[in-house]
Amino acid sequence: MFKKTLSYPHLVWMVLFVIAPMFLIFLYAFTVTDDGGTLSFTLENFAKFFEPMYIKILFNSVWIAFLSVVFCIILGYPAAKIIADRDRRRIAMGKKATGLLMLFVMPMWMNVMLRLYAWLTILQPDGVLNSFLSLLGLPKLDIMYTQTAVVLGTVYDFIPFMIMPIYSVLIKIDDSVIEAAQDLGANKTRVFWKVILPLSMPGVVSGITMVFLPALTSFYISDFFSGGQFMLIGNLIEKNFKNPVGRNFGSALSIILMIFAFLSMHVMKIFNKSNRQMDMY
Amino acid sequence: MGKHLIEFKNVCKTFDDTEVLKNINLHIDENEFLTLLGPSGCGKSTLLRIIAGFEEPTSGSVCFEGADLCGVPAYERKVNTVFQRYALFPHLDVYDNIAFGLHIKKLGSKEIDSKVRRVLELVNLKGFERRTIGSLSGGQQQRIAIARAIVNEPKVLLLDEPLAALDLKLRQGMQLELKNMQRELGITFVYVTHDQEEALTMSDTIVVMKEGTIQQIGKPTDIYNEPKNAYVADFIGESNIISGIMKHDCLVNIMDTDLECVDTGFAPDESVDVVIRPEDIYILDPDKGKITGVVESVTFKGVHYEMVIDSNGFKWLVHDTAKYEVGSDVSLLVKPFDIHIMKKS
Repeated sequence: MFKKTLSYPHLVWMVLFVIAPMFLIFLYAFTVTDDGGTLSFTLENFAKFFEPMYIKILFNSVWIAFLSVVFCIILGYPAAKIIADRDRRRIAMGKKATGLLMLFVMPMWMNVMLRLYAWLTILQPDGVLNSFLSLLGLPKLDIMYTQTAVVLGTVYDFIPFMIMPIYSVLIKIDDSVIEAAQDLGANKTRVFWKVILPLSMPGVVSGITMVFLPALTSFYISDFFSGGQFMLIGNLIEKNFKNPVGRNFGSALSIILMIFAFLSMHVMKIFNKSNRQMDMY
Repeated sequence: MGKHLIEFKNVCKTFDDTEVLKNINLHIDENEFLTLLGPSGCGKSTLLRIIAGFEEPTSGSVCFEGADLCGVPAYERKVNTVFQRYALFPHLDVYDNIAFGLHIKKLGSKEIDSKVRRVLELVNLKGFERRTIGSLSGGQQQRIAIARAIVNEPKVLLLDEPLAALDLKLRQGMQLELKNMQRELGITFVYVTHDQEEALTMSDTIVVMKEGTIQQIGKPTDIYNEPKNAYVADFIGESNIISGIMKHDCLVNIMDTDLECVDTGFAPDESVDVVIRPEDIYILDPDKGKITGVVESVTFKGVHYEMVIDSNGFKWLVHDTAKYEVGSDVSLLVKPFDIHIMKKS
């Protein structure tokens, strides 16, 4: 009985901050409020979404999230591999891990706005990047407030979430499995493609889920890096909720985004299932 | 036996500041079943890893069919390894595990198929092609690991304590199977183990190692019957090791008792180690033998009784099918050719 009582605060918390808001979002999404303040059921909030402008915003958001995931893998996998290789070697010799992983984790302890403003000083037209380029006699780059900047910001913010799961899988791969592959005639390249990469896929998959979903729903990064002119679905939801008459549409958008997130999670799950044997490993 | 397949010349290996191998000279012949035997940390696994190409010797040379192996990477060597913990690829099924090496050699799928099936038959796992590695028992994984190595038809198969993780019954069965497989395939086996019984059962040649040096190389019967020093005698089977003095040829004195023996070539009054196997000692009535003692303990071991007999402080280990009561006075007899005399090491 005592144990049950202990869970009540959690129950209250769940009802107040999860169930109630969800209920409200569903309520708003399927209703409109007329001038007299009465609610009536409608699907027009959802119908509104299918205007080309909004479809395009969703498409853009997915595209940017996708690009961010791709760059996170391209940059994050080698980083995870290099750190894991060094740590494995040190651990094999009975020493401590290098702590290089901390370099990627530490920025996460800093305030996000602070980190984003640092990028502003780098990317703005007379910022660090362009001073450096002109020093080398290269043409200036004007990427602040473009889609490139948004992708850059997203990759920067979420890359630790790609590196960490990949690292934690790589560090656990048994040395003897790699030696067995060499023993059977595989050179370094083959060992990587035929053994290390397949064995690290669970890490890549969980990295993808950990980057794709937040990248899809985040609004502060695109807001900041595009100066508010580049609308993503996160921004659209934020804008609608700031406006009292927009909350019905905003709720509908949230539900659409949720469904989308669920679907992509499911796709990942199916993908992961084909790698079941690796999970057992 | 055939010509030298692998030859170690003055091979040394140091890790950081520890000498793991000290001046190893050894040759391995074609079609030989050679066992590297020694306690853990004696360098036997390192020696195997040098053949496989996972370690390079610090100095000295290793030749394979007359060509220096130095700098030849593991993936270009004509040897395959069966690892201690099998090291099967967890992301591949049984078939793809075995076919791994064949795929890398870019053989045709028909050829791969027939080879994989033949080798599965050889290890008695027909029909296991599509099983996942996680669904196999330890013994089955062991067979797959062996199949994965021999399917490549290596010149030499290296086995690093492959049976250590199996239970006794399974281990004994696999020992015979491995020996048969080696005869059938006609390839050289280099086998690493710390289990002396395993070494005696399977090997053509045993190499006894201690702290990075080779103590003795020889046939199982030679190593057992004629151990070169007290260490080998102690490691291979149980024995009684006593200090003695070689009075002259064929006469040794232990515990103030002169015993006839068959060894010659020692200096007069040289101090030596005397090794006597427990099964070579006969227990007699108190007044009949030269050495007297009191039975201290008796343990039933199945075929024989293991008895400890205290003789003026020295505890003799004796195996006998007859049982003597604890506390009874007895005397011991050893036949001259069962007394092995060794130089002090």
